[in-house]
Amino acid sequence: MREARRTVRYTEYHPRWYRPQVSTWWWVTRWPYLKFILREISSVFVAWFVVVLLLQIRALSRGPEAYAAFELWLQNPLIVLLNLIALFFVVFHAITWFNLAPRAMAIRLRGRRVPDLWIVGTNYVSWAAISLVVVWLLVRS
Amino acid sequence: MAESITLEVFRYSPERDADPSFQRYEVPLRKDWVVLDALNYIKDNLDGSLTFRWSCRMGVCGSCGMLVNGEPKLTCATFLSTYARETRPVRVQPLRYFPVIRDLVVEITDFMIKLKSVRPWLIRETEKPTSEGEYLQTPEQLDRYKQFSMCINCMLCYAACPVYGLDPVFIGPAAIALAQRYNIDSRDEGAHERMDVLAQHEGMWACTFVGECTKVCPKHVDPAGAIQQYKLTAAIERFKSFLMPWALK
Repeated sequence: MREARRTVRYTEYHPRWYRPQVSTWWWVTRWPYLKFILREISSVFVAWFVVVLLLQIRALSRGPEAYAAFELWLQNPLIVLLNLIALFFVVFHAITWFNLAPRAMAIRLRGRRVPDLWIVGTNYVSWAAISLVVVWLLVRS
Repeated sequence: MAESITLEVFRYSPERDADPSFQRYEVPLRKDWVVLDALNYIKDNLDGSLTFRWSCRMGVCGSCGMLVNGEPKLTCATFLSTYARETRPVRVQPLRYFPVIRDLVVEITDFMIKLKSVRPWLIRETEKPTSEGEYLQTPEQLDRYKQFSMCINCMLCYAACPVYGLDPVFIGPAAIALAQRYNIDSRDEGAHERMDVLAQHEGMWACTFVGECTKVCPKHVDPAGAIQQYKLTAAIERFKSFLMPWALK
């Protein structure tokens, strides 16, 4: 049974079918598909920010000179541009996933499903709250 | 409003044509006509060779699904007047990602096999005798799965799913939604059996959450939601079995 499912099965005796190939560019022609591909690509930029953070921690552990060199590297126009693009994608990533969260979370309270807006809202409120804590930490020092 | 509208219909004959082509037909534009009415008008009055599937004309049987201007639609629920203002003809094509047998008729055995593989029926570990009566259910318990039970197997979600197009072994939106429909039914005890099928590569994890299946569903079943909820349950189960192996049955 398991082996049989590896391939798509159709009727044994069949006329000549027309089976078009899916184009490599299937995602270009429709906006929802393009949006999906952009959302998938955004994970690369999320990973990039993780790398930047790791480099920052490494520089911090190596002392003030290494950290100054890291800050200088961050000021490189190419890195600034890359980080701006990455920021756009990370925000896109967050917003698209927040908006999709209610699809995956069917939470029921007192026999009724929690409205989508509550789940999306909770995500945005948590995002804002954590951002405020980060801002407070930065301003305080 | 113009008195007629042009349809551009996909034609393919396995006996005559090496490649498909499009044929244009001029049909009366009536306010209460849907695309299926136009196809029937063509079949009755203009070209009897045009082949397509249909049955109920009221959005229940799920057999008249086609692409209208590239969008998966039930042609019995898609009004011609929606397209009256457009200058280009209304393009009618067979459902995407399925092999075409003739004109607008697609081969659906693949879907039928997949549907059966998820065992979309009530599974009981032991059936109670009929003398003990029905399996009772409260309105709340019904409400949990009702949305997923509205599926009419029209396969519009498959035609909207690029994952199915690129990886045809994917079990697909409707079949997984129906598996979930039985999993969360209070009378069912077959979730473990279904998990064996759906935890495989071509099961729920093949879904990358494009979300188009939910948008095209004429019955508002939300297959994308069903699949993500299934993934969440599977992940929690896995986590539990990892943390508390003794709790497994």
